[in-house]
Amino acid sequence: MNLHLIVDVLPLLLEGMLLTAQLTAASVAIGLLIAVPLALLRTSPSFVFSYTILLYTFVFRGTPLLVQLFLIYYGAGQLEWIRSSAAWSILREPYWCALITFSLNNGAYTTEILRGGIRAVPSGEIEAAKALGMSYALRIRRIVLPAGFRLALPAYANEVVLMLKASSLASTITLMEMTGTARKIVAQTFSPYEVFIAAALIYLGFTFLIVHVFGRLERHMAKHQQRAGLKNNSRSRVRAAAKISAAQKVAP
Amino acid sequence: MNRFKLPLAFLLAALIFGQASAQEGKTIKIATEGAFPPWNSVDTSGKPQGFDIDVGTALCQRAKLTCEFATQAWDGIIPALNVGKFDAIMAGMSITEKRKQVIAFSKPYALTSNYFVVRKSLGLAEMASHLKVNLSSQVEEERGILQALKDKLKGKIIGVQGSTNAEAFVREYFGDTVEIRTYDKQDNLNLDLVAGRIDAGLADYSVWKAFLESKDGAVAALYGPRISGGLFGPGIGIGLRNQDRELAERFNGAIEAIEADGSLKAISLKWFGADLVSN
Repeated sequence: MNLHLIVDVLPLLLEGMLLTAQLTAASVAIGLLIAVPLALLRTSPSFVFSYTILLYTFVFRGTPLLVQLFLIYYGAGQLEWIRSSAAWSILREPYWCALITFSLNNGAYTTEILRGGIRAVPSGEIEAAKALGMSYALRIRRIVLPAGFRLALPAYANEVVLMLKASSLASTITLMEMTGTARKIVAQTFSPYEVFIAAALIYLGFTFLIVHVFGRLERHMAKHQQRAGLKNNSRSRVRAAAKISAAQKVAP
Repeated sequence: MNRFKLPLAFLLAALIFGQASAQEGKTIKIATEGAFPPWNSVDTSGKPQGFDIDVGTALCQRAKLTCEFATQAWDGIIPALNVGKFDAIMAGMSITEKRKQVIAFSKPYALTSNYFVVRKSLGLAEMASHLKVNLSSQVEEERGILQALKDKLKGKIIGVQGSTNAEAFVREYFGDTVEIRTYDKQDNLNLDLVAGRIDAGLADYSVWKAFLESKDGAVAALYGPRISGGLFGPGIGIGLRNQDRELAERFNGAIEAIEADGSLKAISLKWFGADLVSN
């Protein structure tokens, strides 16, 4: 064990670190873009939509990410009609193959996480919104999505951390992200412990960052609950109620 | 090193090293990769087979050792030897100065002869493949051949198996003019060469032979000179732990014996269809 080596390899891992961060951020962002509409459709009463999306999430959650990555990378490369199509210019590149696979996989998990959050929104809140005459779109935007997302947030933060670690699989399709770079350095130095410990430290740093950001986001989104908790006395409640009714111009 | 500051690290090390090293009289466990045909691969039942395995079996017979082959991923094969999971490596591993810093080697039991293979569809200008470049010698003419090769491959995507001499060579000699992709297995490199994700690959002749003779291999061909020496080392040897000197001696004696009676050459002809063992 050589402590100096751990410090020495940290800068060498920098380039791989950037690729890891980029892959994770991009696939989480695209995954979320996929998941929001799918989660809404998944919770919609429409049978067709709900079951089609269930099939997608079932396939992507039911098979290992590595298998999906190999299917998209090596699988696509085997088929002549894909190689001669326009899509090959994208599927030819390992980076895009990884991004597509990770996004679809992350999207599937996030869809189910968000669905859980949306289902957990109290029906009373939605009925109240209906009673106030909000349209479907407005209800989704003002009530269902914010409340659902808040409820799903802890599970979602977990999923983002898992995505960070899953991005290491990109090294199996020649992408030199952090794990791939670490393995390359191990091959040059033959010192697996030091190099992998350095890589693990960086992963821990990233995870700390993600957990911290989501922690703040959670507190931010739960602000209204905290305030209610602090001033939980009847006078302020009455005053608040009076304010609301005044604002909505409804007679008490 | 202050060992009191590292209790956790030592606990970890103790857990891993605790498996202990080779004991005399016991079965010699030989690690092979199992994905580097015809050197070594696994048959349909998962048993290792290939040149390395046949040579190993012949050597163990000569040296009166009980041996057992097991597969281990190439990436971790040297650490696995050093922590005692195995007692020897026979995986088409070239003897190099760098590797010698961490493990010991027997005498070479085969030679190295590295070639580039390029996709035919690239339409690169002809370059004779009977030329030879020995990186250890400093002949002007050979440096010229290497430079010509470098100019022709400029801007191309070159695939190599990671953690190999081929990777080290490409990085050192062509790193500034080509894009390098590293693969964990030669099989995957071949797939990408066929798919056209990479333009060329560098590996040992024995590895290419199997690929070029396959149906998929028709899209590519050997290109440029045979490259050996220097980074590629004196040849293929058995990897052993530094302290296992007795085992090394027994293997060395056995290698000389099977070289002398022609059985090593017979195994080479069987697996490579060529003599890759005689100088």
